[in-house]
Amino acid sequence: MRTLLLALFGTLVLAVVSVFVGVSDVSIPSLLVGGVDSRAMEVLLISRIPRTIALVLAGASMAIAGLVMQMVVRNRFVEPSTTGTTESAALGFLVVTLLAPGWPLMAKMGVSAVFALGGTALFLRILRAVPLRDVLLVPLVGIMLGGIIGALTAFIAYRTNLMASLLAWNMGDFSGVLRGRYELLWVGLVCCVMAYIAADRFTVAGMGKDFTTNLGLNYQRVMMLGLVIVSLVSAVVLVSVGSIPFLGLIVPNLVSLMIGDNMRRTVPWVAIGGAGMVLACDIAGRLIRFPYEIPISVVMGVVGSAMFLYLLLRTPRGAT
Amino acid sequence: MIVTSNVTKNYGAACVVDGVSLELPAGGITSIIGPNGAGKSTLLSMVSRLMAMDKGTVTVGGLDVTTAPSDELARRMSILRQDNHMTARLTVRDLVSFGRYPYSKGRLTVDDKGHIEKAITYLDLDALAHRFLDELSGGQRQRAFVAMVLAQDTDYVLLDEPLNNLDMKHAMGMMKLMQQAANDLGKTVVLVLHDINFASWYSDHIVAMKHGKVSAQGPAAEMIRPEVLSDIYEMDIKVHEIGGQRISVYYG
Repeated sequence: MRTLLLALFGTLVLAVVSVFVGVSDVSIPSLLVGGVDSRAMEVLLISRIPRTIALVLAGASMAIAGLVMQMVVRNRFVEPSTTGTTESAALGFLVVTLLAPGWPLMAKMGVSAVFALGGTALFLRILRAVPLRDVLLVPLVGIMLGGIIGALTAFIAYRTNLMASLLAWNMGDFSGVLRGRYELLWVGLVCCVMAYIAADRFTVAGMGKDFTTNLGLNYQRVMMLGLVIVSLVSAVVLVSVGSIPFLGLIVPNLVSLMIGDNMRRTVPWVAIGGAGMVLACDIAGRLIRFPYEIPISVVMGVVGSAMFLYLLLRTPRGAT
Repeated sequence: MIVTSNVTKNYGAACVVDGVSLELPAGGITSIIGPNGAGKSTLLSMVSRLMAMDKGTVTVGGLDVTTAPSDELARRMSILRQDNHMTARLTVRDLVSFGRYPYSKGRLTVDDKGHIEKAITYLDLDALAHRFLDELSGGQRQRAFVAMVLAQDTDYVLLDEPLNNLDMKHAMGMMKLMQQAANDLGKTVVLVLHDINFASWYSDHIVAMKHGKVSAQGPAAEMIRPEVLSDIYEMDIKVHEIGGQRISVYYG
C-alpha cells in the first residue's frame, strides 16, 4: 500500500513537470506576475493542463486495456496493437470519416470501437482455428492480422487522399491536444473503473474456461465485457491522440512480475504505472530536441521495444 | 445423488461416451476407473457442465446441469480437471480464496476467510500460502487446486485424477482427506482414478468404463475381483487380500 502511494506520488510529480515543460514560458512566477488574463495562464489552461490530463487518461486506460486483454486471452504478450484491435479501430475511423464526415467525434469513435471489437473477435476466431497455442505464436498471429487490416486501411486511405490523416492516427502524439479536443479520453477513465469493478471476474477468466465455469461465471460474458473495454479504450485513444504502441504490454507485465495477476490488486498499479510511463515518455520527447518535439509513439517505441526484449529474454516462468 | 441418463458425446465420427445412464448415490466416495480413452474424463466434464453433451441429461442433487443457473450449481458442485494450465500469476491464498467466489462474489466475509484458512491447512499449504503458483512444483500446485475446490465447500466434489503429480505421502493424504470429507462432512465425492489399489482401498462405490460405456459397477468389494478387473483392462490382474484390503497385482 505504501509503495502504491509512492508510485502515485511519483506520477503526480511527473504530471506537474509535464505542465511546466514547453516552448512558451509557463512557470509559477510568470503565472503570478501575469495574473488570470496573461498569455502564460492562457497557455496553461488551453494547452498544458489538457495535455497533461490527456496523457494521464490515455496512459492509464491503454495500460488497463492491455491488462484486460492479457487476462481474457490468457497470454502475456497481447495488447491492442498485437491483436489487430488498434488497426481495426483505425479502419473503422477511416471508413466513418469517408462515409459520414459530418458526424460528431463521439459517433465516429463509436463506429471505430465497433470495428475494433469486430477485429478482436476475428483474432480470437483465428486463434481457435490455430492448433498450436504457443505463447509467442498468439501475438504473432495478431500482428499478422493487424498487418493485413493495416494494409487494407492504407489502400483505402491512399485512394482517397487520406494518407496524412492515417499517419497521424497511427502515430500517437500529444502535441495537438488542446482544450475541447481531448475530452473523449474520459471514456477511458470510465473503462478503467469498469475494469476495476469487474476485476475479480477477469482474474477468474484468466484462470481459464473450466475454472470460470466451475466458479459459476459465464465465461463468454466475461470475455465479451473484456473485449468491449479493450475496444472502447483502443478507439478512444486512437481517435483522440493516435495509437501508443507497447504500453499495454510493458506496464501490466512489469506489474505482474512485481505483485502477480490478481486484478483486484493490479488495476491501481497498472493504471498509475501506465500514466507515469506515458508522462515520462512525453516529457522526454519534448526535451530531447527542445524546442522541437518527438512524437510519443517514437519514444515509446524505442523504450517499449527495449523493455519488451527484456521481458522476452528473461526466462518466461509465468509465460508458459 | 447424481443421475445421468443416456449421456452421449461424439467427436466427429468417434463416440467417446455412448449412452451412459448411471445413478451415483449421495454420500461416500465413488471412483470411476477404466483404461485410457474409456470416456471417464469426458463423462465427468459433462456431469459438471464443463462440456456440452450431444444427447442425454444429467441432474446433480436434483438440479439439471444444463438448465440450472451456473452460480447455483457452483455452490452445489465443484469440479477439478486434470492438467490445469494456469497462466495467471496468483498466490496460493489468492487461488484458494477464489473458491469462495460463488458465495461472496469477491467480497470475502469472515466466514469465507475461515473456509479459506481451513482448506489451506488441510492440504498442508500454510508454508506456501504466499507463494506464486508458478513457483511451486507440480504436486504442490495440484494440492493448491484441490484446496480451492475444498474452499468452495460443495455437497458434490468431482475430481479428475486428483493424485496426478502427487508423491505417495501426499496421494495417501489426499485420499484420506476425501474420505474425511465424505464421512465427516457428508459430501459426495466422485473421482476418476487410475490407481485401482487406491480405488479399492478408499471407494465405497466403483464404476468401470470401457469404450465409452459403463462396463461394470457396484460396491468396491464386488468390483475388485480378478475376473471383473481382467475384463475391464484386458490383462491378467490378480487380487490378494492383505490386512483386510483387496490389493491388485498386475506388474508382470
